[in-house]
Amino acid sequence: MSGRSAFRRRQRVFRWVTLTLLMVFFLLPLLGMLEFTLQGPGGNGRTLDTWRTLADVSQISLEYPALKEGFLASVGLAVITPLVMLVLLVPTMTWVRLRLPGLSRTVEFVCLLPLTVPAIVLVVGLTPVYAWVYYLVGSSTMWLALAYVVLVLPYAYRSLDAGLRAIDVRTLSEAARSLGASWFTVMWRVVLPNLRTAVLSASFLSVALVLGEFTIASLFSKKNLQVAMYELGKSDAKISVAVGLASLVFGFVVLFAMSFVGTRPAGAGRVARLRRPRPAKETP
Amino acid sequence: MADTASVRPAGALRRLRPSGALAGVVPFFAYTTVFLLIPTLVVVIGAFLDGDNRPTLGNVSALTQPAVVRGLVQSVVLSAVTALGGAVIGGVLAYAVSTARPGSVTQRFFTSLCGVLAQFGGVALAFAFIASFSAQGLLSVLLSEVGMSTGGGLWLYEWDRGLMLVYLYFQIPLMLIVFLPAVEGLRPQWREATETLGGTTWTYWRRVAGPILLPSFVGATLLLFTNAFSAYSTAKALVPQANPLLPLQIGSSLSSEVILGQENIGKAMAFEMVVVVAVVMALYAWLDKRSGRWMSR
Repeated sequence: MSGRSAFRRRQRVFRWVTLTLLMVFFLLPLLGMLEFTLQGPGGNGRTLDTWRTLADVSQISLEYPALKEGFLASVGLAVITPLVMLVLLVPTMTWVRLRLPGLSRTVEFVCLLPLTVPAIVLVVGLTPVYAWVYYLVGSSTMWLALAYVVLVLPYAYRSLDAGLRAIDVRTLSEAARSLGASWFTVMWRVVLPNLRTAVLSASFLSVALVLGEFTIASLFSKKNLQVAMYELGKSDAKISVAVGLASLVFGFVVLFAMSFVGTRPAGAGRVARLRRPRPAKETP
Repeated sequence: MADTASVRPAGALRRLRPSGALAGVVPFFAYTTVFLLIPTLVVVIGAFLDGDNRPTLGNVSALTQPAVVRGLVQSVVLSAVTALGGAVIGGVLAYAVSTARPGSVTQRFFTSLCGVLAQFGGVALAFAFIASFSAQGLLSVLLSEVGMSTGGGLWLYEWDRGLMLVYLYFQIPLMLIVFLPAVEGLRPQWREATETLGGTTWTYWRRVAGPILLPSFVGATLLLFTNAFSAYSTAKALVPQANPLLPLQIGSSLSSEVILGQENIGKAMAFEMVVVVAVVMALYAWLDKRSGRWMSR
């Protein structure tokens, strides 16, 4: 039918015009970043010096100790935060499903609460709490992970909830228990392996959030990657911009590769996870 | 999919004492009490206490100071404008992406790109725009070659022009991610049915697709609003000195130890933010429930 093919053609033209226009909008500032890092001394000519410096790990750590410190802190936080989050959430959510179904609404409410409390507000309230943390255990940057866990709660909750919905935890754990497994074995050898995808995506979201976090670290005067970039932006902007661009490209490559792996929808970001429609409860 | 775990009564395990079962959730509630509930209470209660911990309404009435009111108004306007703009542009983008073949490289590319850009806010984003629009920046040079001046790029640091443009840079991708599932829920059969009944493309959008998408669209717009309203780092990196927005004012009230009692005004401002976000989130939850009814498959 010619009407149908004309419609398809019109739709294709519309698609490409829209996508091209927005790609220009998205790419121009990034090209601006790239061009800035390639500028020679005094804004004349082109040079790869910035990127050469960035690629040279020993030189970076020698000349930019702040960047090294911030990077290491962020990496450490990106390891600790998902770990604490998993240790806290997976057993609790499994336990609530098995033994305390009446509490599931409460746990969900608590986990989604941080969506209503912006990070800047959390900082205000956390100040006295952290005064105690520092007093009791010292003021290492790594304690920021405790606050970051709260920030990732909503996203991690939705990921893990979707994963738990997909498996029959009760039958699995009853089977394991009747074969003599301890509760620890049930968690470690039965529930966790079945939640692999959900655990991975919850951890990935946590890592992404931790690496991009600025508000809490900066107001608590702790140095993570973003704070180091912010401070470096004043003295050596080129390196700072290059780090920003590199981390963006890295994030895109990881997400794009992940969209080809596994069955979940491509590029499901933090927020998409939140909007995953929940299956009807009253299915027979 | 039947969720058997949650509908089956807990008969098999009920013989165990409930107190033992409750012990399993103690760590979770202890943690969230210390790091979420106590901080929230500190803000809410602190908003109504003075420097000597006596109850007062002074902090709340301090919210009527012209500077604070301006911060709130500018925050709301900035969030509303970028939420609406981002929703409309991002909505069109989401529809364009949805017309590509499902699972095609185009779809994967744009969803991944937007997934990254939606979280790109912050220091690096501010740098991207500063690098592009500063006097020697790429875009300034390009624009001056076609005869348009960016005026030295100073407008970039103003909340109503620069910040809006910068915020759109993460609002549009966020809209794509939030809105794409709704657009993908549109069935081609609905359009065919409209055409069979003699409807035009306009009829289809006006009478079929529009009403179906409206709740999701409004819900996504509200989400974008809270996203912009809560954002701190982008604005902080772009305009480090001035405090045109409420989050920036809270931030500076925290770091300034000069004026005594200022701290509790910061708590009052934080409380004000929570109230605004809570209202919007309640609206969002209500709409999400409604749109869920439409989009259920």
